[in-house]
Amino acid sequence: MLRTPLAVLAALTLSTSLASAQGWTGGDDLATNPLPCDGAAPAAAAMDYNGGSPANAPDRAGKAMTVVDVPKLIGVGYFDATSKGMQEAAKELGNMTITTDAPVEANIDDQITVIDNYITKGVDGILFASNDGVAIAPVLKKALAAGINVVGYDSNSEPDSRQWFVNQAEFNGVAKSLVDNMAKEIGEDGSFAIVTSTFTTPNQARWIAEMAAYQASCHPNMKWLETVEAQEDNILSFNQANTLINKYGDELKGIFGMTSIATPAAADAVTQAGQCGKMAVVGLATPNAMRPYVESDCVKSVVLWNPVDLGYAAAQVLRAVADGTLKPGATSVKAGRLGDLAVVKGSEVLLGDPFVFDKSNINDFDF
Amino acid sequence: MTAKKLLRHETILGLLVIIALFVLDRQSDKFFTVDNLFNQGRLMTEVGLIAIVMTFVIVTGGIDLSVGSIVGMSAILLGVFWKNVGLPLPVAIFLALCVGTFAGFLNGVIITRFRVPPLIATLGTLALYRGIAEGISEARSVRGYPEWFFVLGQGNVLGVPTQLWLFGIAAVLAAIVLGYTTWGRTTYAIGSNEVAARFSGLPVDRTKIMIYSASGLAAAVAAVIFVSRVSTTRSDMGTGIELDAITAVVLGGTSIFGGRGTIVGTLLGLILIQALKNGLSLAGVKSDGTTVLIGAVLILTILVSNLFHRDGNR
Repeated sequence: MLRTPLAVLAALTLSTSLASAQGWTGGDDLATNPLPCDGAAPAAAAMDYNGGSPANAPDRAGKAMTVVDVPKLIGVGYFDATSKGMQEAAKELGNMTITTDAPVEANIDDQITVIDNYITKGVDGILFASNDGVAIAPVLKKALAAGINVVGYDSNSEPDSRQWFVNQAEFNGVAKSLVDNMAKEIGEDGSFAIVTSTFTTPNQARWIAEMAAYQASCHPNMKWLETVEAQEDNILSFNQANTLINKYGDELKGIFGMTSIATPAAADAVTQAGQCGKMAVVGLATPNAMRPYVESDCVKSVVLWNPVDLGYAAAQVLRAVADGTLKPGATSVKAGRLGDLAVVKGSEVLLGDPFVFDKSNINDFDF
Repeated sequence: MTAKKLLRHETILGLLVIIALFVLDRQSDKFFTVDNLFNQGRLMTEVGLIAIVMTFVIVTGGIDLSVGSIVGMSAILLGVFWKNVGLPLPVAIFLALCVGTFAGFLNGVIITRFRVPPLIATLGTLALYRGIAEGISEARSVRGYPEWFFVLGQGNVLGVPTQLWLFGIAAVLAAIVLGYTTWGRTTYAIGSNEVAARFSGLPVDRTKIMIYSASGLAAAVAAVIFVSRVSTTRSDMGTGIELDAITAVVLGGTSIFGGRGTIVGTLLGLILIQALKNGLSLAGVKSDGTTVLIGAVLILTILVSNLFHRDGNR
């Protein structure tokens, strides 16, 4: 009777040790572009438009549009907030109806199927946040070929498979903010670990790569212990954070949470381990999820942008594209109450600098 | 043909499929278009291939939970053999298929030689194979496959999606093997009463090992098609696909206790699930609602079917 559970245990242990035996960091292997340590703004390089364009799109200027919004998954605070922002924009514009639909798990195959079905159904515009930038490209190209306006937000795809992408914050900016806040809390020679979603999720992999580059150049004495994968799953994130705490003990001074699920889970693990104040948690998360930990002083800084603004901007950009007011080569776009947003990297619209939620301002936000 | 035969599970399911197709057609004029149907066939192929072989596995009274992980492992190895090792793509595909088959073979050996119950053996390899996939991938995806490779997952042959041909051939072959050959009858015999089958001199262990190997092969073929369809390789590919396949098989009337089940039933199960997913989405139902409905349909179908089979033969 003992043999079979042991076999499973052995298999599980083997699988984790195989995964961690490699020297990966959870980052991708693309070139990094760390910001200067003192926060001086780097000069932006101009680039030609590199997005795609829909084939034989009808003239939609000023006309009513049906739009589907396909985030990575539904039922999480972050994407509830983006879709709230889209509804605000739709209400303000008055000529757009936006439905949000996506799989209940962040799964590339399911997301592709959802988009595919809406192409068949026939919509005027698609807003998406990709689970995998390459895997989603064929179905988005199909949408463009069907004359649908396609705009991404939050998580990009291959540039030529969509028209524009609304970039919530540049990766190097977020990486700098995260690492600077961590350094402030644990000191210049502290050790830290990272809890991320999956190693191939485009945003997280990019941030981690930028964090590594920025930390190496601006905080060279900090020590990076390990990066662990926790999908976007509450229980798994908590367990992974807990494992890190037990594994490294006092050596571990801080945990980065890379998703809106991993950060509160890590804060919870630190609270339950009685390490509040001794172990810092810095990460990306929504204020509502982090409020208890920020109010109990367990977490001092939560880095994010405003996802309501992100959704709002994405809907405004889609409208501008359909109206023909945002054309390839433009350097900025009018986005309602957000004013003019800058165009970067050929076909991306930049939302602005990352935002740090702390005890003084967290109660001003509700999402 | 007796009344009882008419009321067999497949007939009930067949009627349900026809009703579902009819109702869904009334909800959206985009549903019954050639484009949409072919496209749905394309999306269904990967789960379908796995479900066909899963029918054999479940008919023997077993289960294979590791297929999703075999998909991930074969996909990642396809990428690694091609990009990192530098083999020509056809050779890489062949090797990925071999690895998948071997992974299935290993399941079969663990189950037959070491007498580990299939649920536990494949639960173990589910973790094992996924771990290997993630370890090998080092968090990186492989992309940039040559254009000709996409014909398999995204192209058409004679106007029909390429992978549907493959799926059709596999389904017909499997139906013949399970329904009309000694091998098929051995499969049923093992599921009905393994001890009796063994004492009747049937090659129980060999048959099981071959079935689990075939299950691994089907998962590897699905992996190759999947990579071609989405044009990239990731280590988390195929996560949860085992449950989709098992759902289709069980909905198709295959008894989870073994001894009963047909390929036709599995095909009907697959079609019903895919039609519901697609049709409801076209009708404006969101994907969370669709998931709930599929669960309800599964339970209801089995309940209705059991009402007509109160003779103790599940």
